[in-house]
Amino acid sequence: MALQTQTKTETLVRVENLRMLYPVSTGIFARARSFIHAVDDVSFDIKRGEIFGLIGESGCGKTTTGKLLVRLITPTSGHIYLRVTQDPSTDSQGEQFVDIATLEGRALKEFRRNVQMIFQDPYESLNPRMTIFDIVSEPLSIHGIGSVYEREERVAELLSLVGLTPPESFLFRYPHELSGGQRQRVAIARAMILNPSFIVADEPTSMLDVSIRTGVMNLMLDLREEFGISYLYITHDLAVARYMCDRIAVMYLGKIVELGPTEEVIQNPLHPYTRALISAVPIPDPTVERQPIEIKGGVSKPIDPPPRCRFYERCPIATERCAQSDHPPLEDKGHGHFAACYEI
Amino acid sequence: MQAAPTFKPAEAIWRVRLQLFWRGLKSSWAMFAESKIGLTGLGIIIFFAIFGALWPAYPWLMERLAWTPEELEAARNVPYGAISSIYQVYDPVTGYDPLIPGIENPTPPSRRHPLGTNQFGRDILAQLMASTSSEFMLGVLAALITVFIGTFIGAITAYYGGFVDTFFMRVADVFILFPLVSFLIVLGSMIELTLIKLAFVLGILYGFGQITVILKSQALAVKVKPYIEAAKVAGGSHFHVIFRHIIPNLLPLSFLYMMFNVTGAIFSEAALSFFGLLPGIKVSWGIMIDSAHSGGYILGGRSFQNWWLWMPPGIAITLLCSAFYLVGRGLDEVVNPRLRKR
Amino acid sequence: MAYPVLQVENLTMHYTTRKGAVKAVEDVSFSLEKGEALGLVGESGCGKTSVALTLLRLLPENAQFLGGHVYFFRDGSDEAHARRAVGKPVKVLLDGQEHQGRLVGVDRSQLVLDARLNGRTQQIKLARDGIARIGVDLTALSDEEMRPIRWKGISMIFQAAMNSLNPVYKVGDQIIEAIQTHMPMPIPEARERVAQLFQLVGLDRQLMDRYPHEYSGGMKQRAVIAMALACDPDIIIADEPTTALDVIVQDKILREMRQIQKKLNMSMIYISHDIAVIAEVADKVGVMYAGGLVEFGPAEAIFKNPIHPYTKALMSAFPSIKGEKVKLAALPGEPPDLIKPPSGCRFHPRCPYATEICEREVPKFIEHKPKQHAACWNPLT
Repeated sequence: MALQTQTKTETLVRVENLRMLYPVSTGIFARARSFIHAVDDVSFDIKRGEIFGLIGESGCGKTTTGKLLVRLITPTSGHIYLRVTQDPSTDSQGEQFVDIATLEGRALKEFRRNVQMIFQDPYESLNPRMTIFDIVSEPLSIHGIGSVYEREERVAELLSLVGLTPPESFLFRYPHELSGGQRQRVAIARAMILNPSFIVADEPTSMLDVSIRTGVMNLMLDLREEFGISYLYITHDLAVARYMCDRIAVMYLGKIVELGPTEEVIQNPLHPYTRALISAVPIPDPTVERQPIEIKGGVSKPIDPPPRCRFYERCPIATERCAQSDHPPLEDKGHGHFAACYEI
Repeated sequence: MQAAPTFKPAEAIWRVRLQLFWRGLKSSWAMFAESKIGLTGLGIIIFFAIFGALWPAYPWLMERLAWTPEELEAARNVPYGAISSIYQVYDPVTGYDPLIPGIENPTPPSRRHPLGTNQFGRDILAQLMASTSSEFMLGVLAALITVFIGTFIGAITAYYGGFVDTFFMRVADVFILFPLVSFLIVLGSMIELTLIKLAFVLGILYGFGQITVILKSQALAVKVKPYIEAAKVAGGSHFHVIFRHIIPNLLPLSFLYMMFNVTGAIFSEAALSFFGLLPGIKVSWGIMIDSAHSGGYILGGRSFQNWWLWMPPGIAITLLCSAFYLVGRGLDEVVNPRLRKR
Repeated sequence: MAYPVLQVENLTMHYTTRKGAVKAVEDVSFSLEKGEALGLVGESGCGKTSVALTLLRLLPENAQFLGGHVYFFRDGSDEAHARRAVGKPVKVLLDGQEHQGRLVGVDRSQLVLDARLNGRTQQIKLARDGIARIGVDLTALSDEEMRPIRWKGISMIFQAAMNSLNPVYKVGDQIIEAIQTHMPMPIPEARERVAQLFQLVGLDRQLMDRYPHEYSGGMKQRAVIAMALACDPDIIIADEPTTALDVIVQDKILREMRQIQKKLNMSMIYISHDIAVIAEVADKVGVMYAGGLVEFGPAEAIFKNPIHPYTKALMSAFPSIKGEKVKLAALPGEPPDLIKPPSGCRFHPRCPYATEICEREVPKFIEHKPKQHAACWNPLT
């Protein structure tokens, strides 16, 4: 599609200094509260038609970031700019950035037409008491779009788009009559029905079996090709991220520690954490011997962390400077490859 | 098979929905029908429904089946209290048999009075039948109100949390610990409690109590499901999420608790009537037992001499209450997801 | 010399449900050698966990054992094991030869095997000095006889076992209790044993006196592994041992398990849906699909040159961080319903190489290449 070449450079989402702190009460009467720094000063861009991967272990803040971007939760501070079309009759000239971090009420509801989310668990993300038609057409009925018959037609169109054919045989079935892969396709159809420009996909294939998973991943890639949708693809699986994403960002305890084009980051990781992460990924080839990783300990919770580098305690190359300075900034190390480390 | 370029709906959506509803009903029934307990309960409920529905035909039937023409003739011509219609004999509140001298009441079961008469000469079977429909109405109405309140408040408290939650949970504490009987004694002395009013009072008292807490905990489990988040991401309002997602997922459990609450309401009415606290209700199973008691027929060694006075209403209360409870148990197997096939 | 510790033959097990029999394990045969790690890989519901439960006889009530043999081998010098085998169907390995029959008795000097060889019944006297290995058919044992085998012979790390640690007891005490039940010994001795086990799995011995909530996920999994090692089993079955863990922890634990296995020369069965994990740890691989073992052989051969089209599909559906980035081929369709599995080869509706015979007849599980078995009518070369 012509869309591809022209739009890959155009920024669709710009996240600036996003921060989400959760209070943790330390006692019943404790006034002085501590905070979990779930997402701490995170900034990145997502281009139109790009699949941007957010990688990290559990508890690193990747899902929280995803929920912030669809405004399921409101950030403590920071900005999320989204390019939206003000007037549908004009093209990109009529577009402008809107800060969605603080939207409320009607404006928030309007914004929701542009951004959708796909969840991890296909068994829990579809209401068991609703038919597939009701589930997929729910966004239409919330926004009051179309008559019942127009909605049925549109739902059928989307079901065949996501590979649930013939659509008539799926429309009035319940989620429990479908397999995991089929359910995730229904979830994708629901996310697609409002023609969003941006979809947050939170581990959409991690609960699916291998033979099913590939089909769902390929479907998401095809939808990107066809409609130029951008994804924020959240995953813990680097192999999946490599297959799906154009660029990835590696998160550790609420911070992005490395960001860059997927192949570049995976083949040439700069940050010691990324290196450890990559060397820990098992390879489906028994003849490959991997080097053991050198980092110490396990992931802690970012409760009121000290200002120094978050990775300091586990870092094999930490120096005195790392202990004294603040968390290092995300710096360009060439070719759009960013890393947050003093020792590179 | 390739999908046609333009989609042609096979059937109108409302018809499909009707079929789905019917199919759901059938599969639920199939699951319910596997439970012997539930079927037994349902059988008893149906029996009482027919029993109550037959009440208007009872005097008419008795006139033709039990009374000889001579007896009818005699009843129309006794010197004191002659009757003009058979309905005067079988009225549950004012009825009497002109052929039985007042001093002989209560009389044991006989041809004209299959379950005997009480000390005022009222036909026991007539009272029993006449009360059935009101017992049903009271039980079901009170339970409906209870469950309606419980579902709604449960969903709202679970969804909003915070102050709303604290407020309604404290209210629930108060209602759970409420001295129901003393309250009804006071209430009964202030207003005349008719059956409808009683149903409302019981419904509200139970509705804000235990059931709210139970349904709230269920709603909390529903609230954290990703499909709730999906609805929010799609732009669904609080109202949409509560009514389209949370409440529909509470309804099976609500329905189940409704069955148990019918039992509670009928029991409460019986207990209150027994203590004579419901002057607004003229006849009910509880009042039948109460009048046997206040006539002194349940005390001492005379209980079994006059068994027909208290045993029929006692059995009826026990049976109907257990029937709803058994249906509830049967429904439990339909509703309880652990027992359901994936 | 390599010798088997476990031989599974034609194992078949169904679950009874209200919709019909779920044919969960169908005619599964494989063998496990001393010091070897076997990886059972397959998608959810393919029966890999059911195989483990069947051979340990830990089946739920609705399970129906329909046939097959599980020979569990130990040294002839293990008298308890030999006594257990008396009167049971056995396999005996003697001087590199395999005899099959029934043990008629045990006495101090010799074991007499009533064996059927080449159709003739004959008696073989077995020396007690350890050359003979006696494999008793576990399916013929009573529950009482099976109990000592479950911890001391074959122990199992269940899926999500780390969540089954009792939160109100100290972790060390829970392991001591497990040891006490199966091999009674004085408490201080048991404590010392747990301390050694902790060291073996890479846990600080101080952690023995901590409660499970003070452990991280990786530490809990290590404790569970220590518990499985507690009674010195010959075989450990690990069902998805690292599935809930993050990659870095997973990597460390897999490495440690591999090290322990090599050090103790133990046999292991890893059960996983993740072929990358299996590639890391297993010497031999068994691929399961819809209740049946479709391919079995040395890990390298299976990963390099799979015979069964399902194995190949599984490999090519898996993304990797190494090598060329290629478009992954999706397998059409869905795994079948095991209540009504497809006729013939259960994979045929999804198989790109299926021919007419695949639909009609169940393929035999035979050796297509040296040591590489598969059940396929149209094996890949």
